[in-house]
Formats: sequence, structure tokens, C-alpha cells
Amino acid sequence: MSLIKCENLKIGYNDKTVLSDLNFEINENDYLYIIGENGSGKSTLIKSILKLQKPLDGKIEYCPNLKANEIGYLPQQSSIQRDFPAGVEEIVLSGSINRMGFRPFYTAKHRKKARHNMELMRIEDIKNESYQSLSGGQQQRVLLARALTASSKALLLDEPVTGLDPIAASDMYSLIETINKEYRIAVIMVSHDINAAFKYATHILHLSSSGVFFGTKDEYRNSEFHKRFYGGGIYD
Amino acid sequence: MTEFLSLFSYAFIQRALIVGTLISLCSALLGVSLVLKRYSMIGDGLSHVGFGALAVAAALGLTPLYVAVPVVIIAAMLLLRLNSSSKLKGDSAIAIISTAALAAGVIIVSKSGTNTDLSNYMFGSILSISKADTVLSVILSVIVALLFILFYHKIFAVTFDEDFARATGTRVSLYNTLLAVLTSVTVVIGMRMMGTLLVSSLIIFPPLSAIRLCKTFRSVTVTAALLSAVCFLSGLFISYELSFPTGATIVLTNLFVLILSFIIKKIKDGIKRKSTSSDN
Repeated sequence: MSLIKCENLKIGYNDKTVLSDLNFEINENDYLYIIGENGSGKSTLIKSILKLQKPLDGKIEYCPNLKANEIGYLPQQSSIQRDFPAGVEEIVLSGSINRMGFRPFYTAKHRKKARHNMELMRIEDIKNESYQSLSGGQQQRVLLARALTASSKALLLDEPVTGLDPIAASDMYSLIETINKEYRIAVIMVSHDINAAFKYATHILHLSSSGVFFGTKDEYRNSEFHKRFYGGGIYD
Repeated sequence: MTEFLSLFSYAFIQRALIVGTLISLCSALLGVSLVLKRYSMIGDGLSHVGFGALAVAAALGLTPLYVAVPVVIIAAMLLLRLNSSSKLKGDSAIAIISTAALAAGVIIVSKSGTNTDLSNYMFGSILSISKADTVLSVILSVIVALLFILFYHKIFAVTFDEDFARATGTRVSLYNTLLAVLTSVTVVIGMRMMGTLLVSSLIIFPPLSAIRLCKTFRSVTVTAALLSAVCFLSGLFISYELSFPTGATIVLTNLFVLILSFIIKKIKDGIKRKSTSSDN
């Protein structure tokens, strides 16, 4: 059974439909790229999958084994206040909140997982620094470490490389690939970067006002849809 | 110095010290989260609701705190609900509820007349706090502080990034409600000390000063609590020495510390800039 399956999904806000008749599914270990122009509903879709927003119609089915506290989320960077006083370790540890229940403090297990994720993201040495003093790439790695601390099965990433310089961006891509391949966590990523999609994705969901494409990377490459939007082939 | 120490032999001063310190600590702890959530004005709004509730209590001859605490809790929950439904923006919701409660309070007072209880809460008078009010205030503020410590990590998570917490399966509304209830209790018992018009300063000033000085949430929280207690104690002492109104003097000591923290921050940034430019 698939991890997340959307059937005839209609999404939008304030009763205004942004997207309708959306059908796709994501399985374990998949790496799904969601692409499309601004305003095509990418972020709305992410928010619907995360249950931050109710779908207008249709349904999103979750695998019974996939609980909300097994999904990690990397929000768009603008959603976090720039001047918030928070330490790196505080932020990464806060990913464990969703499995604490009413226990008031972190256990050794929570701390161990957070430490492991900080090592993986190479932010162990800046764990006492404040978030606001970090570079854009470091900030994104902190948020990715937090998302990883919160999840064990799926990660939703909303434009994780937007605003990063090319080196930080390719670093981010390779970290996400590690998470997907070695930790076997399904990744759903919103992005504008079609080259990276062809490089890393297993599946592509292309949203546009004139229709929706969902399929594997190779199906997409050979599709009319791709040719229409990108002239086809030039990005191979 | 002996004069200063002899102060502590008076029972009314002892009561003021205990209650005032506890309230200062509680309001600073909660204030960090409220200021960062851009809810600074919620304390002000709730204190006006508190005034309305106290007017009703006075008119009916009831104990002020028994009426004000539950009414203000309900108002705080209503504010949160209005805020999340987003039909009304947060600041206008606060303005509507607080001015409406204030208006109701003014009408009730004009009809039923004022009494000492009411004017104590209106302008604050920590030095005349009764034994019964002391006991109740101490119990309530100890409960507030304990709950804050027990839920500290969750309060951080929902303050830093509410969407993330909700998306990953944390019951955000539960912790927002907790924050609202704790704030309501603190505002009402704080009114006894600071007065309706000044109580919100306890929530806003110490966190703002601490945010200038510290980098992590934990250090900001601890520093805000310490600054708040220090400002209360020095404010109380100054007001006693100069026969100033206590609440207003505490606000001005807090303002002094806030200005000081701005200056310290400026100097620190200047040093940092100098050292990075000399590195290059």
C-alpha cells in the first residue's frame, strides 16, 4: 500500500479552487518532485498533505502505519521570524516534541537522535550558536535536521534551496539524497529546479493551470507535457 | 542600610516582596512567548477585561479574584479563537473585547459606586495586599510557574514554528490554550500589584530587554525572569524611599533596564563589527 494517496483531490483556500482532479500517490522510498509555476498550488498541496488546510473535495489517504508524528516538514524559509532568539540545538531537539506525549522533558533517546541528525547535517560544531546568526545554507541544514528528528518515514520540503547560493544548494541536494537513499525516507519536494528534478527524482508531479502530470521521471521526460513547458530534451 | 533592612521586618512589606517577586517571574516567563508570537498587547487587552470583571464583582459584593480569574480566562480563549479564524485580525479583536469590557465596567462603576477593592486593582497597591489575597496569589503564581516549566519545551516549539509543530502531529491548540490560561491568571493577580493600566508592562519589558542581550530561547527566558525580579525589587525599594506609586516606579525601572539593554547591544554589535573588519 502507498504511504500517501490523493484521490480526486480539490484544493484551494476560502472556497476558491486552485487545483482539482488531482490523483497521485507516493510509496516508500519515493522521491517526488512537485514542480509548477507560482500560484499553481504547490504550497497549498503541501499544506493539505500536512493537514494544515482542509481539502475542498476528494480525499488524501494515509497508510495506516504513517502517523502524523512520522512526517517531517521543512517550511518555506520566510515562515520563520528572522529575529527569533533560538539556539541550533534547541531547534533540532524541538523536532522530538511530537513523540513526547505529556512527558515534560527530553529523554536520552531524543537527545541521541538530535545529536545524530546534527552530525549528519554537519551542524554539531555550531549547536550553541543562535539561528539568526547563521548563513542561509546553515539555517536550512538546521531546519532539515529538525525535520529529520520529527520524522521516520516521510519528509515534505517546501522550496528547500530557494535563496541559497549554488554551493549551498548542491550541498542541500546531496544531503536530501542521503536521507532518501540511506535512511529510506520518502521525500516530497516543492521546487523550481527542473534540472535537479531529473537528477534526483523518482517521480514528478507537474502542476499547471492547463492540467496536471504525474508519473515517473522517464515518463515525464517523454511526455507532451514536458515538451510543452520546456521544449523537451534540452535539460538532459 | 539598617533602614533598608528594617523594611523587611514589616509584615506588609514581606507580603509585597513574596507576591511581587512571584508575579514578576511568571509574567516575564510567559512574556517571552507572547512577545515573540507578536501578542504583546494581549496582556493589555486582558487587563481591561479584568477591570470589567472586577466592577461586576464589586457591584455584587463578591471577592474580586474569584470573578476576575475565570472571566479573563474565557476572554483569552475567545481572543485566541478569533485570532485563528482570522476573520478579525488579532489586534482589532483585542481592541474590541478590551474596550467593550472597559465600557461595561465604567457603566457598572458609575451606577454602583466604587470601593477600595476596585481602586486597588485600578491603580495597583501591592503594599496594601491582604493576607487572603497573598495566599491566593502565591498559590496561583506557583502553579503558573510550575506549569510553564513542565510545558517549557512545547511552548518553545509552538512559539518558534507553529505550522511545523501542527504539521508533525503536536496538539498546538492545546498549548496555545494553556498559554492563554496562564497569561490570564498572571494578568489578574498582576493587576493587584501594578494596576489595570500598567500590568502589561510586566509581560512586555523584561522579555524585550532579554531578547537584546541573549541568543537562545532558554537564556532569554532565564534572563527575562531575573531582570523582572530585579526591576521589581529595586522599583519597590525606590518607590518606598521616595513615596512614589509602586506600579509606576516598577515600570520606569523596567524602562531603564530596556534602554540599558539597547545600549549594551549597540556596543556589542560595534565590537563584533570591529573584530570582523580587522579579521579581513
